[in-house]
Amino acid sequence: MSLAGCSRMTSATIRHDEAPHPKLRVDGLKRYFDVSPPWLNRVTEGRPRQTLKAVDDISFAIEPGKTLSLVGESGCGKSTVARCIVGLYRPSGGSIAFEGVDFASLRSRAAQAPLRRRMQMIFQDPYASLNPRWRVFDIIAEPVRAFRLLRGKSEIVRRVDELLRLVGLAPRDGEKYPHEFSGGQRQRVSIARALASNPEFLVCDEPTSALDVSVQAQILNLMKALQRELGLTYLFISHDLSVVYHMSDSVGVMYLGRLAELRDAPALFAQPLHPYTRLLLETIPDLDVIGRRREPLAGEVPNPIDPPSGCSFHPRCPFANERCRSQRPELAPVPGGAVACHAVAEGRLAPDD
Amino acid sequence: MSAPTQSEAEIESRLTAIGRVADGIRRFFDGDIWYSFKSSRIAVVAGIVTLVIFLAALFAPIVAPSNPYDLATLNLLDAFTAPAWIEGGSSAFLLGTDDQGRDMLSAIIFGTRVSLIVGFASIIFAMLLGITLGLISGYVGGITDAVIMRIADVQLSFPAILIALLVDGVVRGLLPPNRHADIAVWVLIFSIGISNWVQFARTVRGSCMVERNKEYVQAARIIGIHPILIMLRHVLPNVMGPVSVIATIGLAVAVLTEATLSFLGVGMPPTQPSLGTLVNTGQNFLASGEWWIAVFPGFMLATLVLAVNLLGDWLRDALNPKLR
Amino acid sequence: MAAPQPLLQVDNLRIEFPTRRGTLLAVDDISFHIDPGEVLGVVGESGAGKSLTGAAIIGLLDPPGRIAGGQIRLDGRRIDNLPYEQMRRIRGKEIGAIFQDPLTSLNPLYKISRQLVETIRTHAEMSPSQARARALELLDAVGIPAASDRLDAYPHEFSGGMRQRVVIALALAANPRLIIADEPTTALDVSIQAQIIALLKQLCRDHGTAVMLVTHDMGVIAETADRVAVMYAGRIAEIGPVAAVIKQARHPYTHGLMGSIPAIGHPVEQLTQIDGAMPRLTEIPKGCAFNPRCPEVFDKCLSHRPDLRPAGGSDVSCWLF
Repeated sequence: MSLAGCSRMTSATIRHDEAPHPKLRVDGLKRYFDVSPPWLNRVTEGRPRQTLKAVDDISFAIEPGKTLSLVGESGCGKSTVARCIVGLYRPSGGSIAFEGVDFASLRSRAAQAPLRRRMQMIFQDPYASLNPRWRVFDIIAEPVRAFRLLRGKSEIVRRVDELLRLVGLAPRDGEKYPHEFSGGQRQRVSIARALASNPEFLVCDEPTSALDVSVQAQILNLMKALQRELGLTYLFISHDLSVVYHMSDSVGVMYLGRLAELRDAPALFAQPLHPYTRLLLETIPDLDVIGRRREPLAGEVPNPIDPPSGCSFHPRCPFANERCRSQRPELAPVPGGAVACHAVAEGRLAPDD
Repeated sequence: MSAPTQSEAEIESRLTAIGRVADGIRRFFDGDIWYSFKSSRIAVVAGIVTLVIFLAALFAPIVAPSNPYDLATLNLLDAFTAPAWIEGGSSAFLLGTDDQGRDMLSAIIFGTRVSLIVGFASIIFAMLLGITLGLISGYVGGITDAVIMRIADVQLSFPAILIALLVDGVVRGLLPPNRHADIAVWVLIFSIGISNWVQFARTVRGSCMVERNKEYVQAARIIGIHPILIMLRHVLPNVMGPVSVIATIGLAVAVLTEATLSFLGVGMPPTQPSLGTLVNTGQNFLASGEWWIAVFPGFMLATLVLAVNLLGDWLRDALNPKLR
Repeated sequence: MAAPQPLLQVDNLRIEFPTRRGTLLAVDDISFHIDPGEVLGVVGESGAGKSLTGAAIIGLLDPPGRIAGGQIRLDGRRIDNLPYEQMRRIRGKEIGAIFQDPLTSLNPLYKISRQLVETIRTHAEMSPSQARARALELLDAVGIPAASDRLDAYPHEFSGGMRQRVVIALALAANPRLIIADEPTTALDVSIQAQIIALLKQLCRDHGTAVMLVTHDMGVIAETADRVAVMYAGRIAEIGPVAAVIKQARHPYTHGLMGSIPAIGHPVEQLTQIDGAMPRLTEIPKGCAFNPRCPEVFDKCLSHRPDLRPAGGSDVSCWLF
């Protein structure tokens, strides 16, 4: 179950039980950025060093063939988690394990390569994710060549043709340049490239948020079909809850670098517990209710460099009390997952509120 | 950017090596750059002038009426002949002759050749140095970046002439006098090149910092492509646009710097005169009425620099998507 | 019942872009109107021509784009052929504008107070101190907390959501009768989007301002608009009351669009998808522009272009009706 890793306590139990490893386990992941002003300014103006805790102690696990989504607003750290997992950022703390093998135990690039081949990434911006000077064929063939999966031009050509067909393009599209394609087609190329090394796990960073809705549906359908056919496991990053609803088996809601709620998708959408999750669900326009008047929650995401004390959501939370302002809540088990909220834990906040 | 629809045959043709080259040429003439060139009158005129000068310099031994370096053909009796259309001029020497009886037209064509060789060589040297340092600076960042950029700042505060004089002085001190003429051209290339790399480095660094954060570079990093390969295969081709603009304008600057140095006497020796050397020789006779010896090489220099500069300006506009 | 004169009447508007590969028709013969106090939503995919239509109305079409035909009338007066100076006066006073990126609407070098006061005084006879008081009122009205402290701040000192509020205040400064809002919430976080939409709705109700709301987000339209125009490849595919268009979409494109939005609480394995993509302006097919993607296409669609005709409660340009 994907939620096994949501807290250290449960993940420890799993290890004792010698259950099979989840596809991916993230444990206590931290990623800090030094955002201090330049040295000269610090010395002359007496400004302190500053640290941005983009990801602060996040744990989750994803079972094979399942999709876990991370949702949240910009700056909540969801993309940083994705980049840590695929190795673009070095974590500041915590561990990332792929089928039980901790990446930190593999020092060199060469030692990590076999694992890296098995996890790939799909990016948000279909205009920036393909090198404009490369033909689509070479873009898709790059991972095949880099991991030395096939030798000989004809084998690579066959493989690229197969990948192009898999994502709904024609083999002769390989001879074109990215600018000859529409946004949706480029995203298909991006998916073909991600699949080129036969990965089992894909990190999808807002793969449809730059696309028009009708094209978004095509890409989401394609991703679901590929997951079924190839048995892929997805980590899906999005700010769009309706897309997340469609794609996910379980969902982690992030706020200022921490998980507010981590639950099975049906449970979360049927009965959101954390006030922030409720806020997010509230904001989704409902096409069934036309002209609905709503009273959106006031306030904005605080500056992540200087997050509020205690529960970082407390300044916007209608249920906050003294404890919320001073003590940071940890994830605690609830039906279908875990929630980090004092009000829920104390029973002050009934699920139906 | 609109893409023409391709027929099957066109796409098939791309599969062969020759097809790819042909396709590349077709794409160029179909592309925005060529269109922008065609529709700019200034660019076309500057382009034609530049092309004529380049071709004349390249085929100097064929184009020039005589070989000004061949002492056997020189006749001192021909010295100071005026241009052909002036009284005292001779149809054998269209632009007149100098104090040695050399044909000025030939001397200018060969001088342009020398100027361009030095210009191209020094700008290629500056480009290689600048691109390499710029890529390293932009991609690696951190302390490496800081060190390279501070060196660039220091470099900028020394004008090319100062560096050339310095290098020239050092070399003259180290080498016996009879070797000076042989190494003059290398000294020039080195000193002009070294004073021009900063522009390349800064531009490449800036573009590189933009490109390295783009997702296609991240995609390459995820599959473990070595940073050096990422720089060469992914980043470099995408920073070549601005580099080509700087290189074009840099060529004009390099030719001009070479002329300045040669005019001041620290550049090309009179035995292998560049345009600058010719102007320097000619200015001795300006006062005595033989104006053509200095004016024609000077005019050639101005034309060449202007044409190349205009081309560079056009290229900058053509590559700038905001103005397109 | 004598129909009141519409506030904005657009007739047979055509917008062209001359390019070296021929002239592209980005907006092709569209007509619609907006009544006083009404919110007209304009939806469509990128490149459908919805933003260009908005830009043409406020006279801010970027060259080389130009109006190639048709008329735009505000209160019965033609505004599509006015000289720049006259159009500038109408812009702001009678038509306000809100764009996607609040940063492009605000001058980063001037304090908010200066930008607001200048706008107010351009369009109304007021002393500087009166204008300042009015600016404060406006900032209060758009929900900027502690407005009096923030009046003299620079745009960069505001967060994205607050900046968009300032832009709305700026658009409302002269009490315009029509606001063109082009993707006003797209650049904002979801929880802020809801706030801005609610604010826009409330202000328009309070002031009786009409809004042309250009967006790609059906959800925003459903919550805000009275009527919706669905654009496709430079033409209006369907236009009608919001309930009719969303609940009983007639045009196959609108229908597909609605089905392709994942709906929470309605689990499906596959979303309805419209295959293909909107054609480039260089490759718009003959007949109905939607015909290559349409599941219901028949002969007539391939050769003849449908015009808007009443169907149900809406007007639909489709040969099925």
